[in-house]
Amino acid sequence: MTGSKSELQKVTVNRIIPFSSVDGPGNRSVVFLQGCGFNCRYCHNPETRGMCNNCGICVQKCKTHALSLADGKVVFEPDKCVKCDMCIKSCPNGSSPRTSMMDAEDVMKVVLRQVPYIRGITVSGGECTTYPEFLKQLCRLSNENMLPVLLDSNGSYDFSKDEELMDLCDGVMLDIKAWNSDEHKFVTGTDNDIVLKNLIFLAENNKLEEVRTVVAPEIFNATETVIETSKALLPYLDKKDIRYKIIAYRPMGVRSQYKTMTTPTKEMLLELEKKANDIGIKNTIII
Amino acid sequence: MKQISMERVEKTREEMLQTVKSATLTHEQKVANMANLADGLLEVLDLPKGLDELLNQPIDKQCICDLFEGHAPLRPRYIIPDYEKFLKEGSKFLQLEPPKDLFEAINSLLIFYKHVPSVTNYPVYIGGLDKLLDPYVQDMDEEMAYKIIKLFLIHCDRTILDSFCHANLGPEDTKAGRIILRAVGEMTDAVPNITLKYDMDKTSDDFLIENIKTALHSAKPSFANNKMFVNELGEDYVIASCYNGLKLGGGSYTLCRLILGNIAKKADNIEDFLNDKLPYVMDIMARYMDERIRFIVEESGFFENSFLAKEGFIRRDRFSAMFGLVGLADAVDILLQKEGINERFGHSEKADELGVRIMNKIDEFNKAHINKYCEATDNHFLLHAQVGIASDTNVTPGTRIPIGEEPEELIDHLKNMSKFHKYFPSGTGDIFPVDMTVHRNPDFVADIIKGAMRQDIRYMSFYGSNNDVIRITGYLVKRSEIEKLEKGENVKHDTTALGMGAKQNGHILERKVR
Repeated sequence: MTGSKSELQKVTVNRIIPFSSVDGPGNRSVVFLQGCGFNCRYCHNPETRGMCNNCGICVQKCKTHALSLADGKVVFEPDKCVKCDMCIKSCPNGSSPRTSMMDAEDVMKVVLRQVPYIRGITVSGGECTTYPEFLKQLCRLSNENMLPVLLDSNGSYDFSKDEELMDLCDGVMLDIKAWNSDEHKFVTGTDNDIVLKNLIFLAENNKLEEVRTVVAPEIFNATETVIETSKALLPYLDKKDIRYKIIAYRPMGVRSQYKTMTTPTKEMLLELEKKANDIGIKNTIII
Repeated sequence: MKQISMERVEKTREEMLQTVKSATLTHEQKVANMANLADGLLEVLDLPKGLDELLNQPIDKQCICDLFEGHAPLRPRYIIPDYEKFLKEGSKFLQLEPPKDLFEAINSLLIFYKHVPSVTNYPVYIGGLDKLLDPYVQDMDEEMAYKIIKLFLIHCDRTILDSFCHANLGPEDTKAGRIILRAVGEMTDAVPNITLKYDMDKTSDDFLIENIKTALHSAKPSFANNKMFVNELGEDYVIASCYNGLKLGGGSYTLCRLILGNIAKKADNIEDFLNDKLPYVMDIMARYMDERIRFIVEESGFFENSFLAKEGFIRRDRFSAMFGLVGLADAVDILLQKEGINERFGHSEKADELGVRIMNKIDEFNKAHINKYCEATDNHFLLHAQVGIASDTNVTPGTRIPIGEEPEELIDHLKNMSKFHKYFPSGTGDIFPVDMTVHRNPDFVADIIKGAMRQDIRYMSFYGSNNDVIRITGYLVKRSEIEKLEKGENVKHDTTALGMGAKQNGHILERKVR
């Protein structure tokens, strides 16, 4: 164990998915942390971006009275919830009242229930690197239990400055949301200097598990992004087989103002995959 | 032989005529039905007192069910020939020399299958196909081997007209095994059912993944816990019919099942069930099975006259019998309700604990009951979690959690399974439809299988939830064939009718998708 319980940081956990097939290799438990500095138009879980400020708007929208206000705080009773999602749809802060405060031990308790059926843990979000101390605490506990931890990141955290985290985690699954910085700004609200720096840093240090690009044709040049990302990865494939996941934008969960973007066709995705393959990235998946 | 009434004869004649005129039965299905009806007129067994009121009842009251084995068993229910011996030695009766190449091996097997009886009149086991065929494919052009094996599998599907027909693979990775998977993965046929004997120390990860990919596409193979079966039955076990663990070169004389929910209905409370009602029914069922076995062994002449026994492809002393049960969940829920406890099987510690108590009681009974013709399994029957039959209504298969009540989280489902699978060397299993739009990740399924095998889970099946070929309760059926049958067209496999019943009565299309 690492230190006493009191030294463990409590963070806002949006939810934990016990078994997931889409968040890294094999079957993994996935921890979604609350809060993200990017504001991606196609974000399919926009309720994980902001922090709850207890404004109480969701309380009025909840038809089953699963939410209430007590001492100025929103209280959630899961037994009454019918998962209609009115609370997250009405939240002006891109947040959710259904989160819980947990430290690394609390999270591990849920994760250990899933052993021996899982291969490891993935920490996602929100943006998991919002809480580097928590991540390190979770990694230490997880490693004691022989469960490797992968981080699912938007690349906004300077990994090169956190050697300890790099030692503790098994790898990072990194989003390349657009290669061109202006396009990246349009898609996410932020430029991508640090993201591209991380791409190379992680690949160089054998910590890049997977790269993902969500293809939303109207808002950025996916062809350029796939080609340039593939070229950037190529020199490092001898050291580690890096997977490139090309993901179709789908309107599920997306905020109503962005729901009308076009879903790319199967042919378009196959063409992108072929471009990556032609450059030399063999481990590609279309989703 | 005992007398029967003319009224019963007339009723049977009427049923025979209906069979002759049926629009939905194929010729083979009619012949089988006619034989079963004729068999129903025989009265040769010395039945235990009290059996009639437990056996001959409507499905909401029936406590013992003999699964259509008939009144005068003319062969054991399940027969597991030693095909390896056959390929090594040939057969005098069938006038076949040992095969020298893949063409001859396949030809010999296809001939042999037509001479393996069972309760369905079709073979319920067609061999560990990878091991049987591997010697013949070693020096062969792979494409040629693939073509021959694919035609062989198509031949099986089109001529073995019953899905309770099982082939085995593994645990080792072989060239023939790969070829079989490739062929199976390109088809969506119901026959043969296939099981991979999975063993973490013997099966490579790569071969496991190939098996999973095939399963998600074609609903087979299923995955058996090799270590568990080997510990109980020895290295020479096989998986036959639905998922039944049996001895190679032997089989099962008979399978009867306790309908636990209906026995629970008769009990005043939990203690009355455990100490009075259940033991009473178990005793009668065991004695009924003893009598059926006695007839097969001592009177039917099967083991004296069948070439299978005469040439040593089966041996009488390698047979056992299957003491089956259904509706553990039903019994638990009914008994808890009688005690005023509103908790349900699969969703509460207390309910699962009662399930374990009931299983321990049945296991103790079985371990104390002796049958002299079951030497192969220490003179005891083998417990079997029966998967249900088409006409079952409100009967939950084996020890499964009822469809529609599956726990929200898969981990809770798996934890429940791991409490009950250990009781059933002659078979149990659970089935998971998997959402293919999400799960393009066979490693996900591999991790679940590996975890399960570490937790004493015996047998698991997966299928893509949107596929045509799906697993009903243990056997495979095509949705499109059920639809044909529902429209009144005839279909080649007799098990499609069972699938239609299971769809309507057992709600098998409503399983929770993972």
